Amino acid sequence: MKRAISLFIVSLSNLIFLCGTVCYAQQLSSTDLINNARQYDGKSVVYVGEAVGDVMVRGDFAWVNINDSENAIGVWLSKELAGEIKFTGSYQTKGDQLEITGVFQRNCIQHGGDMDIHAQGIRKISPGRVVGEELATSKRNFAIILLVVLCLVFVFVRRPKSS
Amino acid sequence: MRRSVSLKTMILKPQLQDLKNIGYYSGRIIIGISLTMLVPMVIGLLFVEINPALDFLIAAEIALLIGLILTKICFTEKDLTWMQGMVVVSLSWLAAMLVGAIPLYLSRHWGSYLDACFETMSGFATTGLTLAQDIDHLSYAHNLWRHLIMFIGGQGIVVVAVSSFMKGFSGAFKMYVGEARDERVLPNVIHTSRFIWLVSIVYLILSTLVLGTLGIANGMKPVNAFFHGACLFMAAFDTGGFTPQSQNMLYYHSLAFEVITIVIMLLGAMNFNLHYRIWTGDRLEIWKNIETRTLCITIALTFLIVVIGLSQVGSYPSAIIMFRKGFYQLISGHTGTGYATIYARQFIDEWGNLALVGLICAMALGGGACSTAGGIKMLRLGIIAEALKQDVKRIILPERAVVEQRLHHLKEIFLEDKQVRAALLITVSYLVLYGIGTLIGMFYGYSFLESLFESTSAAANVGLSCGITTPGMAAGLKLTYIVQMWAGRLEFMSVFTLIGFFIAAIKGK
Repeated sequence: MKRAISLFIVSLSNLIFLCGTVCYAQQLSSTDLINNARQYDGKSVVYVGEAVGDVMVRGDFAWVNINDSENAIGVWLSKELAGEIKFTGSYQTKGDQLEITGVFQRNCIQHGGDMDIHAQGIRKISPGRVVGEELATSKRNFAIILLVVLCLVFVFVRRPKSS
Repeated sequence: MRRSVSLKTMILKPQLQDLKNIGYYSGRIIIGISLTMLVPMVIGLLFVEINPALDFLIAAEIALLIGLILTKICFTEKDLTWMQGMVVVSLSWLAAMLVGAIPLYLSRHWGSYLDACFETMSGFATTGLTLAQDIDHLSYAHNLWRHLIMFIGGQGIVVVAVSSFMKGFSGAFKMYVGEARDERVLPNVIHTSRFIWLVSIVYLILSTLVLGTLGIANGMKPVNAFFHGACLFMAAFDTGGFTPQSQNMLYYHSLAFEVITIVIMLLGAMNFNLHYRIWTGDRLEIWKNIETRTLCITIALTFLIVVIGLSQVGSYPSAIIMFRKGFYQLISGHTGTGYATIYARQFIDEWGNLALVGLICAMALGGGACSTAGGIKMLRLGIIAEALKQDVKRIILPERAVVEQRLHHLKEIFLEDKQVRAALLITVSYLVLYGIGTLIGMFYGYSFLESLFESTSAAANVGLSCGITTPGMAAGLKLTYIVQMWAGRLEFMSVFTLIGFFIAAIKGK
């Protein structure tokens, strides 16, 4: 009986501990983090988004900005972890979709007060790719029509006035 | 009663010649805008961005078509009158907004044509408030256009036209004045415009090299680094505030970027006359000039308010961080740039009311006259302060004493009532404009401080946001801010003249 009670207590305390961890390590959006920065300051969070712009290597570490379609937040991570990022989002590329686990800093002392996440781990949810651009034929046709009209108007404008 | 009747009879309906002059010169400026669209089109082709290049081709064609038709129908060889010059300026800015918004709208990064118009007016007026969606995936061509319109608008749309393809006509000066440039650097307005361009292009080349190299050192790809360098310079020197990425200056995570952009912002907020003096070796003028002195005093005072406010709230973990964040946002606000190293919502959540008030005051005051900055301007503030000093002296000194107040702005000037009146008139107009925007913001449900912040930012062409300006903002508020940005950039006179022109067209005889 005693053994059963102690097992129950250990299980319960584990459950409470896990609940606490999950509470802060839950997936949060950038809006959640920015609007409730004090609440999550210094806490472990999970943040999912697309790597955009440049992976900026600074010594043994790197900055990468992760956009979750609401805002982008800077993530400070080791050079090794940054090496896993193959694509970053731009006009012609879709960046790697990443799950960042790390400590959220409201006003990071190490980085001049910037709001950032110090990554402890990253997981690639889906790889990025080059986005092929398809020619918008409607735009092309409209541009040609306008060019013809423009030429006609130009001829009309340039025509000397009859006396 | 008799007086009002006589005033009414004095209002003359605009004549056909008025319309022809306005149409002809507006048409020429629209042609100028269409030609500038070829720059992003070429960049689009270079980066193999075919659809964006088509967006600019379409927009350039439409603008050229409108411009050619206007110049043909309204062809005239007569020079502009003051009224016509002012109307041309105010209408040209609206036309620039409408045609400049076409490529942005076609990119589908703006939710509606109104949003694209908002962005374009924000760009031309060097404000920096943005309604763009997903900037991080915007093409190089469209991003360049956002920054190029700041560069064009900062120097002045008319200045561009005057310096590039309008040669030797006196109406140029009337349009130049209408665009809120009441000082000439050189005796000839065309030479002045060209000097403004020379200064801007020399700084553009130097700053792009510095920022580009710094970008590479900070881990950016070389192409991106130099592209960002050019864009950041255009937006900082023209006190605009757009950046190529959605995070604004937070994207770079770099103290060096912050320091260099602070220097560029301050250069942008300086009177072009002062640039001329520095270029010609008269460096002492900087320390003697009333604008520089006033700017130093207002920066010190507003920064003190911000620091006290931030200390009260205790948002930042150390004094150095508080200084870095507080000073950057303050300089950005005071010069009317709008670069930010914090998120919009942090102003409300973390700055506290006092610090916000300090920043709003800085935004409202603005930079130097005949600079790219917006707001009330340092020269006017200096004149008002000197006039106040003069009046206090009059009270203190014996009645028979002759009180003369002098100020130094490029030369020694004796303060006259008409200067004080002009300075006060524009200052009051700005305060009214800030107030109207605040009231409308409150009408849409925002708090007083949030509304005041955003309204001042729009009307003083700053571009810092506390979170009101989003694509989901009410259309009425978007229109309000467009009008504020337009009127604030043109410093009212040409806008008032346009209103008067329409009243005369309806009520005149």
